[in-house]
Amino acid sequence: MSAYILRRLLYAIPILIGVNLLTFVLFFVLNSPDEMARMQLGEKRVTPAAISNWKREHGYDQPLLFNESAQGLAKVTQTIFFQRSVRLFAFDFGSSDNGRAIGYDISQRMWPSLAIAVPVLLVGLALNISVALFIVFFRATYLDLGAVVLSVAMMSISGLFYIIGGQFLLSKLFHLVPISGYDTGFEAWKFLILPVIVGVIGGVGSGVRWYRTLFLEEISKDYVRTARAKGLTERRVLFRHVLGNALIPILTGVVVVLPLLFMGSLITESFFGVPGLGSYTIDAISNQDFAIVRAMVFLGAVLYILGLILTDISYTLVDPRVRLQ
Amino acid sequence: MPLMPVILWTDALVFLLLALGVGFGLYASHHEHLRAPWRRVARSRVGMGALVILVFYVLIGLLDTIHFRLPLTAPLPAAGQPAAERQFAPEVLSLLDAWATPLRKHQEKTYSAPFALTLFVKEAMTQPDGSVIRDYPRLKWGGRHLKDPGQRGWDIAGTALTGLAGGLVVWGLIALPIPWRMARRRGLTLSVMSEQIRAGRTELPWRTALGTLAVMLVLGFIAGELALKYHILGTDKVGEDVFFQALKSIRTGLVIGTLTTLVMLPAAVLLGIMAGYFRGWVDDIIQYLYTTLNAIPGVLLIAAAILMLQVYMANHAEAFESLVQRADLRLLFLCLILGVTSWTGLCRLLRGEALKLREADYVQASVALGVGHFAILGRHILPNVLHIVMITLVLDFSGLVLAEAVLSYVNIGVDPTMNSWGNMINSARLELARDPVVWWSLAAAFLFMFTLVLAANLFADVVRDAFDPRLRGAR
Repeated sequence: MSAYILRRLLYAIPILIGVNLLTFVLFFVLNSPDEMARMQLGEKRVTPAAISNWKREHGYDQPLLFNESAQGLAKVTQTIFFQRSVRLFAFDFGSSDNGRAIGYDISQRMWPSLAIAVPVLLVGLALNISVALFIVFFRATYLDLGAVVLSVAMMSISGLFYIIGGQFLLSKLFHLVPISGYDTGFEAWKFLILPVIVGVIGGVGSGVRWYRTLFLEEISKDYVRTARAKGLTERRVLFRHVLGNALIPILTGVVVVLPLLFMGSLITESFFGVPGLGSYTIDAISNQDFAIVRAMVFLGAVLYILGLILTDISYTLVDPRVRLQ
Repeated sequence: MPLMPVILWTDALVFLLLALGVGFGLYASHHEHLRAPWRRVARSRVGMGALVILVFYVLIGLLDTIHFRLPLTAPLPAAGQPAAERQFAPEVLSLLDAWATPLRKHQEKTYSAPFALTLFVKEAMTQPDGSVIRDYPRLKWGGRHLKDPGQRGWDIAGTALTGLAGGLVVWGLIALPIPWRMARRRGLTLSVMSEQIRAGRTELPWRTALGTLAVMLVLGFIAGELALKYHILGTDKVGEDVFFQALKSIRTGLVIGTLTTLVMLPAAVLLGIMAGYFRGWVDDIIQYLYTTLNAIPGVLLIAAAILMLQVYMANHAEAFESLVQRADLRLLFLCLILGVTSWTGLCRLLRGEALKLREADYVQASVALGVGHFAILGRHILPNVLHIVMITLVLDFSGLVLAEAVLSYVNIGVDPTMNSWGNMINSARLELARDPVVWWSLAAAFLFMFTLVLAANLFADVVRDAFDPRLRGAR
């Protein structure tokens, strides 16, 4: 097992190198730092002096891959590729265009992101599974049909409408919670309720349908027929046997998204003004702060790979038939 | 009057997609294993109902895809000089624009509510006697024909009735030949046949299909008749008709939903079946490729790519002839980059299927007979994974339409000048903060998007059930 994990971790390295090369090409080769500077400075006629000044201020004044003017090893290290891309491997994100340390910002901003993402995941999971079990209990009735139609309809509504509708109903009409904003410490709860509710409701449609299919697939298997033949009640069959066995795909499906919870939800956070990583990314995109976008791409890739490894491990934990070699 | 046809990049690809669709339809009609599932789709009531609605959207989208430039009325050449070269208006129009010219030209000053006769904001107006009052001014176009605002209710009802009648007449022209032909083919009388259709006892769900068609036609005609006289969904900040905007957005949504899959298709299919068939190092490389692409968060990759495109466009502004071309190129680029982020799922599915297929007897037999690898891929593997490709195409569609809205909201979607539901929602955000609330842009975007996505979701469900043999047994 530990050998397997070690191998998977080693396998992650070429993937991260690939991600890094790709972002490097995207950000520095397709558009030279000169063009970036011109875009940032915003004017049609920018003097070359202003461009080189901007590049020096933001540390883009070195050559891309190979520095002729430096000595020895510095020929490779005094380059944009080394300074900007290789350093990400040490989780050294450098500073953003307005001079703040990105690593510090990330460590501060991941908590509000988690404060929304974790409750949304847990409450959503509990709600989706219980609703799905409920309608599977009443399968092939009009209740089942109605629930499926409703969930397809809910799936067909863009997430933006849930957010706008939630803000409009709860905050603007009934004044129950603030429309947006955030507070430190425990005072934050009243800002968190609405995003969490909206997040849960927005996911109910697809979630219920997905779990319903899972349960229905499970219910047509032989062991369920055996359990019924033994004379178990339908309730006991559903809750003990079907739910227990369906937990395997449910669990592994959840594990893969766990690390990505850190990244936060772009849309929710920017709508509700929560200072998490999602709104951090959105702000970076709209301010065209490439350093932050690059850092977030790298972080996202690391977390994605972590999720894949965790999924494999959780398979072996919940299903003894699966052996990793 | 000769027109100058304009073919934008996305237009060309839409036509290509259309040709592929027709070609595939012909191919499928000769192959029983592909025809049978589609027959099952055709027998489903939900499927046919959804299909009729989708056809309406597609027709509007296609109308909006045929672009041209109108000729300018050139001054007569002076005597003795050769006739001047014909000049064309710089504005690129589509058939839909030309068809809905009244809607396009009926521009007000600013916001007005649906069916309103007056603007939504008060203005200082000079009275005939010279005094100045602040009141809601009458609209330039909406309800212009009405002398007395009190008649509005009756006028709306009357116009709606005209639309209803028109819709029913057109529906009758389309729908009546169907039972007539069916009756003739089966040797029944027309009344027996229509009775069977009404009772829903035909093999194909004609009742649902014709019923949906009737509803759509009647609604369309009523909306059309009313839209000539009023702004049925109000006007936006600069006074443009919201109903027209929502209609124009259909093309954007459809293009994103279909072209994205089209542009990713060659890479996903080729790499997927190659990885599964060859295994070994080919498989390793392809798996590495899609794991790496998958590892980058999709939104960030799109954001990065669109940012880069913006930098490029800002620095090469002279390369684009017009705003429409620029917006069109951005739309195409968005499709491309969305395709890059979403091809991995299909690729993995195809790899799994090819892994299974390569062990099949007929493939082993071809290998033993010395058939070349690529001949096997083309003749034996590819035709047997086509159904997966088709299901993915249908299943991905609604997700992509929804994604467009979110991306446009973050300003990394389609060009801000392009009509799209995402841009409508984006602007609606500020309108909701006004008091009283300007709700109609949001409502229009919601209505059009919800109908399309719901129909697509329902249709996708039916298609998947028809193609997936595993589910068929469970029902």
